[in-house]
Amino acid sequence: MTIDWGIVETSIPLLSRGLLVTLQISVVSGILACVLGFTLGLCALSHVRALRVAVGGYVDFIRGTPLLIQIFLVFFALPTIGIRLDEVWAGITALAFNTSGYIAETVRGAVGSIERGQTEAAKSIGMTNPQILGYILLPQAMRPIVPPLTNELISMTKNSSLLSVISVYELTRAGQAIISVHFVPFEIYLLLALFYYGLIKSLSLLSRWVERRMPVL
Amino acid sequence: MTAADRTPVLRVEGLTKVFGDRAVLRDLQLEVAKGETIVVIGASGSGKTTLLRCVNYLERPTAGTIYLDGRRIGQVADGDGGWKEASERVLARQRRGIGFVFQRFNLFPHLTALDNVAIGLRKVSGIPKRAARERAAEQLRKVFLGEHLDKRPSQLSGGQQQRVAIARAIAMDPDIILYDEPTSALDPELVREVLDAIRVSASSGMTSMIVTHELSFARQVANRVIFMDQGAIVEQGAPGDVFGRPREARTRRFLEHFNHPQSVATP
Repeated sequence: MTIDWGIVETSIPLLSRGLLVTLQISVVSGILACVLGFTLGLCALSHVRALRVAVGGYVDFIRGTPLLIQIFLVFFALPTIGIRLDEVWAGITALAFNTSGYIAETVRGAVGSIERGQTEAAKSIGMTNPQILGYILLPQAMRPIVPPLTNELISMTKNSSLLSVISVYELTRAGQAIISVHFVPFEIYLLLALFYYGLIKSLSLLSRWVERRMPVL
Repeated sequence: MTAADRTPVLRVEGLTKVFGDRAVLRDLQLEVAKGETIVVIGASGSGKTTLLRCVNYLERPTAGTIYLDGRRIGQVADGDGGWKEASERVLARQRRGIGFVFQRFNLFPHLTALDNVAIGLRKVSGIPKRAARERAAEQLRKVFLGEHLDKRPSQLSGGQQQRVAIARAIAMDPDIILYDEPTSALDPELVREVLDAIRVSASSGMTSMIVTHELSFARQVANRVIFMDQGAIVEQGAPGDVFGRPREARTRRFLEHFNHPQSVATP
């Protein structure tokens, strides 16, 4: 088997554009997923039973269905109820919803596992529930939250390749476009693998660095 | 004496707490006057800790009313002449008047000793950061921790941690401080420094209610000793009377076990 180096050379700038889109999508969905995931995770710890049940159902649905189906649902089903998103925003929404379910579980677990004595001590000096959460529980929960959280965000970045099915011009789609013109699947898929590997590796090094800088209690 | 002076700092009326089908407190009555130091003794399971936890509503009483300085804790007027359960937000405000020192300290592990004391002053009392930290430092020096302000709880001994917890409670300037077996999680050699801190606070006029098994300490600091059994106050009075001339058979039996622990059968 011979490698068509000419194609490799012309593909790299095209794939780099796709990589940039993958990065942009991942950053935006990552931020949205964190906001939504933390909110849902805290709702799951609420005293209001209806909230806990609602979040439980949401998380159950997210974890019990394939991401690919969730992407199709957002892209094809939302317009039928009047919500029209272009393919990029539909993709971002689907990734954010999906990842937020896993983040919610992580947050619920970490905050919920802090001993009750912490809440009681905070109550005894007159703190309100939001203050207890913000000043006592969340700061202590961040250390156990960060490693699984960065794992979720890295998985999400890999999963963004699925957005190629709804024609988001991200890294995978950029590669497929080249293949459909030049029919060089081996070279392109190998290049895609290398691009993704470089991206994921950098992200995981970054996350290890963040974890090392977390204060020890 | 004016009427205001006679208002007890704490009044407990008909307090009952039931867990499942077990009544831990039964129709308990209690009044604590300003400046009083009360020591509560009794076997484990007699309801001492539950009494303290009900007073600041860490446990909601099954029945009964708690008054702090004449005002109801945990209940607000419902507008129809009756009373309803207070919201968590109202409870938080009411709890400022009641300090609590826990058996296992419950310091905030992510904060330094100084910030453990200062955080309530800043976030609850709304004192600016610098002033709050100054007041916290002063309070910590009073319990002889002036050299440990910037240490985390994990860098302090149990006795030091409990003294930080005491400073945290006192700093909020409560009407009363409740101590829930403050020395029972400590190694024997660390008990004394904690008892000394409590003694200093009590003798400076802080109204205190202390659940403890340290009977000689109780004898020294208490204005009044309360003996509890099966969720009720069996006997109370000056320490000399309760320890020296107990009237009730149950009190005598309890004190005998304490004075001759070797007579307690070990399985």
